[in-house]
Amino acid sequence: MRKVKPWLYLLPAILFLAAFMVYPLIDVFIYSFEEGYNSASQTFKGVGLYNYMYVLRDPYFIQALKNTFILVIITVPLSTFIGLLIALGLNSIKKFKDLFQTIFFLPYVTNTLAVGLVFMILFKKTPYSEGLVNMLINMFGGSSIDFIDGPYWAKMFVLCFYTVWIVLPFKILILTSALASVDENLYKAAKIDGTSKWRTFTRITLPMISPMIFYLIITGFIGAFKAYSDAVAIFGTDLNAAGMNTIVGYIYDMLYGNGGGYPSYASAAALILFAVVLTITCINLTISGSGRNDK
Amino acid sequence: MKIVLDHLTKVYPSSTKGNPDVTAVNDFCFEIPDGKLIGLLGPSGCGKSTTLNLISGLETATSGKIWFGDDDVTRVPPENRGVGLVFQSYALYPHMTARQNIMFPLENFKGSEKLSKEEMRAKADEAARLVQIEPYMERKPSQMSGGQQQRVAIARALVKLPRVLLLDEPLSNLDARLRLQTREEIRRIQQETNLTTIFVTHDQEEAMSISDMIVVMKNGIIQQIGKPQDVYDSPANLFVGNFLGTPPMNVFKGRVENGAIVIGNERILEIEGPENQEVYVGIRPEGYLLDEKGTFHCTKKQVEIMGRDTSIVFTHPDQVSESLRAIITLDNRDEIPSTVCFKLKPNKVEIFRADTEERIDYKVREA
Repeated sequence: MRKVKPWLYLLPAILFLAAFMVYPLIDVFIYSFEEGYNSASQTFKGVGLYNYMYVLRDPYFIQALKNTFILVIITVPLSTFIGLLIALGLNSIKKFKDLFQTIFFLPYVTNTLAVGLVFMILFKKTPYSEGLVNMLINMFGGSSIDFIDGPYWAKMFVLCFYTVWIVLPFKILILTSALASVDENLYKAAKIDGTSKWRTFTRITLPMISPMIFYLIITGFIGAFKAYSDAVAIFGTDLNAAGMNTIVGYIYDMLYGNGGGYPSYASAAALILFAVVLTITCINLTISGSGRNDK
Repeated sequence: MKIVLDHLTKVYPSSTKGNPDVTAVNDFCFEIPDGKLIGLLGPSGCGKSTTLNLISGLETATSGKIWFGDDDVTRVPPENRGVGLVFQSYALYPHMTARQNIMFPLENFKGSEKLSKEEMRAKADEAARLVQIEPYMERKPSQMSGGQQQRVAIARALVKLPRVLLLDEPLSNLDARLRLQTREEIRRIQQETNLTTIFVTHDQEEAMSISDMIVVMKNGIIQQIGKPQDVYDSPANLFVGNFLGTPPMNVFKGRVENGAIVIGNERILEIEGPENQEVYVGIRPEGYLLDEKGTFHCTKKQVEIMGRDTSIVFTHPDQVSESLRAIITLDNRDEIPSTVCFKLKPNKVEIFRADTEERIDYKVREA
């Protein structure tokens, strides 16, 4: 009886997970190996690595892969670093701390598309306006840059800026609470022993909050690899045309986009993404694990 | 290093408007002789930790001065005072081994004081030997018991050879058995290093057992300074009398009347000196003797036999203390009657003025 009860409690969750998580996962895995699968007729031509070959040769996928990697490599370290700086700042002030905390947290509860609209106003050139950022550039004597339809680096800059800005609140929240949870007495002990501020930070603060930093980096990597809605919010739904597609965007397009209706390609791309995320996470865990043992 | 506190005062401004400011430490004046172990004793919130923080430099005094020997350190930042501080929670760096913890203060040395790795290791080993934790040097705090962590914390405070060692409630996080052992240990380390040591505690037994001198505090005001036994034997006031000793002093309402201490209608002790007045009478639990001819009658509530001693819990109509307890040595296991007669040991009876609660000196009149 004792053995049955816990399973009974878990049953609803297990059923739902099986129906909506496990089954689709297996299905995606199978589709990815079925050549020319048609979801309407439930037929396919053959079994093999054809889908993977196609996806990996597809210039749109290569572009999406490149975009995603740039996004990940720039935004994850940058947002974590800026988040840490702001959290340290918040932690050291007393006045208006709550106010600033609220302000910094606002983007987290704001709708992605609404934020995207704000970024449009900041960056987009329209017949009526150059966009706020361009006005500033003009003010300092620079010439306007088209951030939305212009050169690749400008578009990438906007996307990274946007991503950093949108993930920052969560990181600040986690890091401020991590900093606040460090025992005050450790700092007092360090002070009594004449420890410099920098050494206190590197030898005490950083090691104490490092589990949280690793958590943020891992979730940050995963989140950035899954980026999609951010790009849509800025560049619209035709991301391939803008050259700003992401892997998840590519998967979506393969399923439902203009050139859609290819669940096999989408499945193959999804599994490639899965493999990439899994690899990166494993590397991360290894590094953080060995780092902790060294200390 | 001799330490002098000169009219030391610490006032915390009130955090909310309308509330009065809090004076945590009120006009402290005392001198701590070189190489002595001093216990700061008082109930929680009496300002003893604040006093320690003022001496360490973690807090700055509102007024008054602190002298270490001939140096005025009142405005000197903590790192330049040369104090070692052991925290109540030990505050060991959890991600470092015992050795790294102990070496940490040494790594902060700058300029000409800078030590080589070998020198640091040697000093850390020496400190570890002093507190006897050499076998655990490569362990992290989480792999050590409370007592071992405590020792590492003491070693960390000692390694840079401070002028003064400060301990904040050093024993409160240990279990009873370890507490006894550790307090001997602290005494031994203090005597071996001959450092002026100040420790804070709310446990009077702890303070009395190892201190050369105790300072009893209440509400930021010093009540009494002296050798533990002197303070116990002649408490300056009712608070000190009550605070020192377990079980605590039994306090009654009474009066001095025609050369005797009187409780109710019973002349319990013939004395000379004080004039007739209302008083509080404090009797130490060990001050009772069972005697059929005794003049002090009380009602027995229960008897607790605790191996060596017997403790009689009793009541009296004029009692001020919540519970009354007499500790006596019974030779035979005779039934104790429901009304007990006590004779009192004169040096265990104190009287305090009813208004100021200060102790009144008296002489016992020989019969």
